[in-house]
Amino acid sequence: MRPSGRGMLQVAVDETRRSSALNAPIKARVEALSFYYGSYLALKDLNMEIREKQVTALIGPSGCGKTTLLRCFNRMHDLTPGTRYEGQIMLLPEDMNLVERGVDPIEVRMRIGMVFQKPNPFPKSVFENVAYGLRIRGVRSHIRIEEEVEKALRASALWDEVKDRLSNSALSLSGGQQQRLCIARALATSPEMVLFDEPTSALDPIATARIEELITALREQVTVLIVTHNMQQAARVSDYTAFMYLGSLVEFDETSKIFTNPGQKATEDYITGRYG
Amino acid sequence: MSTEGLTHHIWSRYNEELERLRSSVLEMGGLVERQLSQAISGITEPDVRLIVRVAQEELHVNQLERMIDEDCSRILATRAPTASDLRLIITILKTITDLERIGDEGEKIAAIAARLATRERAQSRYRELRNLGELVIGMLHDTLDAFARFDTTLAVEVLRRDRTVDEEYESIHRQNITFMMEDPRTIRRALDVMWVVRSLERIGDHAKNICEYIIYLVHGKDVRHTRIEDIERELQAARA
Repeated sequence: MRPSGRGMLQVAVDETRRSSALNAPIKARVEALSFYYGSYLALKDLNMEIREKQVTALIGPSGCGKTTLLRCFNRMHDLTPGTRYEGQIMLLPEDMNLVERGVDPIEVRMRIGMVFQKPNPFPKSVFENVAYGLRIRGVRSHIRIEEEVEKALRASALWDEVKDRLSNSALSLSGGQQQRLCIARALATSPEMVLFDEPTSALDPIATARIEELITALREQVTVLIVTHNMQQAARVSDYTAFMYLGSLVEFDETSKIFTNPGQKATEDYITGRYG
Repeated sequence: MSTEGLTHHIWSRYNEELERLRSSVLEMGGLVERQLSQAISGITEPDVRLIVRVAQEELHVNQLERMIDEDCSRILATRAPTASDLRLIITILKTITDLERIGDEGEKIAAIAARLATRERAQSRYRELRNLGELVIGMLHDTLDAFARFDTTLAVEVLRRDRTVDEEYESIHRQNITFMMEDPRTIRRALDVMWVVRSLERIGDHAKNICEYIIYLVHGKDVRHTRIEDIERELQAARA
């Protein structure tokens, strides 16, 4: 039969998540960002926008600069001698340049938390791990700290599992629980953005699923930036995906577009497992 | 994307799996095409054994459909295909459904051909059916060609031909109504002719569906329920 013509019947496919991603305000803007390890240029003139309360995934082969970029966001490179930033990462709404020398890295890390590849709880109790950030921020009130710790543990979906052993050592938890504890620790200071550096690469599939669930839930509260080698994970948890190669940003688009119909051949080759 | 791109995976077995899948679809398409041309030639050159042969091929077609289906499920589960690989799997899953339906229509045509052979033949010797049949076989043939070569120019050309099929359908329909009104004794035959025409028209639609999947496969654009002029405009933009 002949086509009925477009527009006769507009079927509303479930696009709520997609449209909220498209309409989200910008939280951070990477502008002409280059980064040097000594004389080695690791990031080449990157430009991208991170949307507020959305998950943005950074993917690319080893050595492409995705972790380097992630670490720029909370100034993790400051401790490595000989590193240098050019360009800027503006945190909105107040347009604070995160990589500017005059900006205090401690302040940056309060606002932008980070979760690493391997769970790295402090050798302290479960409670103290989460309370740590609050204490160094100068919060003295016990009641307030208890409230915040519970809130963070609930937000990281760990509360029910640890509420009866808050004084036990954090090292007695399983790997997946330790990782969620690290997420709770990052959330306790109410950051605006959380960075995840391959947060599930050391975990089993169940623990991985829990963390992914958690990341999806975190979108309600914070902006998430995640580096992952697991392509399907990027496809599952993120709203936007950036594909990086040799220190450059090759393609940045909505995740659904990147994984079904990428615009660049290099992206296509990488996500389908082809050699370019 | 191009057909060459299929085989550049780092996993060599994945290459083989996709390549095998693609050739199975072409094999299935080839069988369906042969089934259809046998059925149509049965109308103009009656052959009592025809229906048995077409039905046998149908079994083979069904087997292939199940096998390809299974292979696609396995690849989805084990490889989690993305981008062009994902589009290829989706295209194949949909294409084989349409091919299988074409096979069913071919079987129906063969059954009617056998019945028509037992009756007095029409003066036209069913020339109109042969013409429409050739048009539709040509569409199917080129559709399979377009799939084999990932050729969207050819796919669009086939889409365009579907209009001619629809026009032919209308004209044979009108002609048969006239026959039936003029001489009620021709009603049975005219109805049989209409069943065949209806099947051919459906086959044209299935070929058209497959061509739309091919455009999705190559350009990632969903062009279903879109006017042909708009499709061409979109493809021009995609190629630019």
